[in-house]
Amino acid sequence: MQRNPYLPLPVKLVKNFTETEDRLIHTFTFQFLSEDDEKSFPYMPGQFAEVCVFGKGEAPFGIASSPTEPGFLKFSVAKVGVVSTALHLMEEGTTAGVRGPLGNHYPVEQMKGKNIVIIGGGFAFTTLRSLITYILEPEHRGDYGKLTVIYGARNPGLLLYKDELEDWDSRSDIDLVCTIDRPVEGWTRRVGFVPAVTKEVAPNSENSVAIICGPPVMIKFTMPELEACGFMPEQVIMSLENRMKCGIGMCGRCNVGNKYVCKDGPVFTKAELNQLPGEY
Amino acid sequence: MIMSKSALPDLLDKLIGEYEVYAPVKEGYYSLFKKITAGGEACFDYANSKIPPKGVLFPQSEKLFCYSLTGEGAKIEDCIDSGKKVVFGLRPCDARSLLLLDNVFKNDQYTDPYYMTRRENTLLVGMACINPAGTCFCTSMDSGPFDKTGLDVLLTDIGDAYLVEALSDAGKALVEKFGLGDSGDEQNEAAAKAREAAELTCRVNTGELKAKLDINFYHAIWERFHEKCLGCAACTYSCPTCHCFDIVDEAVDCNGCRVRNWDSCMFPLFTMHGSGHNPRPGGKERMRQRIMHKFKYFVDNFNAMACVGCGRCIKNCPVNLDIREILADIQEEGRSDK
Repeated sequence: MQRNPYLPLPVKLVKNFTETEDRLIHTFTFQFLSEDDEKSFPYMPGQFAEVCVFGKGEAPFGIASSPTEPGFLKFSVAKVGVVSTALHLMEEGTTAGVRGPLGNHYPVEQMKGKNIVIIGGGFAFTTLRSLITYILEPEHRGDYGKLTVIYGARNPGLLLYKDELEDWDSRSDIDLVCTIDRPVEGWTRRVGFVPAVTKEVAPNSENSVAIICGPPVMIKFTMPELEACGFMPEQVIMSLENRMKCGIGMCGRCNVGNKYVCKDGPVFTKAELNQLPGEY
Repeated sequence: MIMSKSALPDLLDKLIGEYEVYAPVKEGYYSLFKKITAGGEACFDYANSKIPPKGVLFPQSEKLFCYSLTGEGAKIEDCIDSGKKVVFGLRPCDARSLLLLDNVFKNDQYTDPYYMTRRENTLLVGMACINPAGTCFCTSMDSGPFDKTGLDVLLTDIGDAYLVEALSDAGKALVEKFGLGDSGDEQNEAAAKAREAAELTCRVNTGELKAKLDINFYHAIWERFHEKCLGCAACTYSCPTCHCFDIVDEAVDCNGCRVRNWDSCMFPLFTMHGSGHNPRPGGKERMRQRIMHKFKYFVDNFNAMACVGCGRCIKNCPVNLDIREILADIQEEGRSDK
């Protein structure tokens, strides 16, 4: 019989980093306690895991690290409920648990040979970071065409992964467009909402794939801009979130129509979502 | 084979040494499947149990594992129950529900070891329905009062005795332990008569149901079904095919257990995001989910309706919502959409 999918693998919290200025998002770096456990957790960008705080419970979070960064798992988590609050308060060195990897992943194989347009808003940038890091890995970078990243936040303090954004900005193999909602003193880059910036950037849809993650209102207004650029529903990839418990398609709550977000998603093309009711 | 009713308590006692035996037990005015400690506790004078026997395999509340933090990490002890069990006297509809649940707990990617281990170690001895209740509609749901599907043994009440049919190898082995005599012509005839006499008073036409549900997600018909629904979830808790559950921790400091409890799509919290956003915010969406899940999504995924026609949701509803009427209404509606 396969491994019991409900049992967490023990990990150690090696870093509890305050990611945003409002202190509501922390990035957690975990290391597996055993090498065998790490080997039993082969994951891809876009997948998620249930992170367990012993004594409190578990909750699902997208994996922010990339499989090209072995040795640790990273999650960026907003302080919202019981488990995420306990995580925020967790001291480095504490034992926690992860189970997974769960769900499907971004279709990195089918994306080969294509130009990649990644659009993210606010805090929904975690699995996109995993994907960008995966594509930028020297071993993979040649498999993909032009890489354009549009990333918006309300203000500079709410951008995730600020050091990496600076690094990406200085590279020639990624075109990073960062934007904030309203002007802020000292911010010399773009100002404007993601849909408007997408219109300005006007990514070419030819031989391209767009991956878009963000708050519903951002997606609602960015989709028409992508369509105006010629993107067809098959070329637009999204990652859904719904409340989850089991993560393996049994507990019944995360379904959208006849699909479970946990098991059949979370990654769907817009064409696939057009076939499903809008219960997400 | 034939088993006299007066011998049954002793035969059950024989099983109790070797198996955990679950049988219908009288609880006030209704019956429930419970683990019995003596054959005499079982009472087969019942239409069906108030709560389905699915709980033998998928308990309303069960520990998944216990944990404690140690200096070197975490100690985790799995609570998989591999005890041998017999469910004695379940109705054919409830046996069929387990075949449906198998699809859920062993899906295309994952196996639930708690359910599946119990399932593999459990024998099902069915009791044919010679007096189906007025709320029963199993014949509309690909089953029937004498349906043998999924059973190891089927018993038929013929007055002072049961006609015993062993249906699977495991069932044959179980029946052998009883040392029963063969049934005579008269007894076989009595059983055949009982089968013919077992009549269901109602039938739900499901011919066009799936085709209608395929296109009516946005139909106005969903505005009215939920109007008197209280959202109490009695329908889902008493449903033999409902499988939704919650997972919670019961712990003091860092030591405790992870527990799963039955949950229900009829509760708002079931789908509420941490942000407060709820994809199924009202009674309308939740009622639609319950119907869609049973009669469309489950059919899409497993080619079977997730309903066995036991009628418990009808009997237990405090405001008399009747799923048979809902299904009929859906089929009668025109094909206008969106």
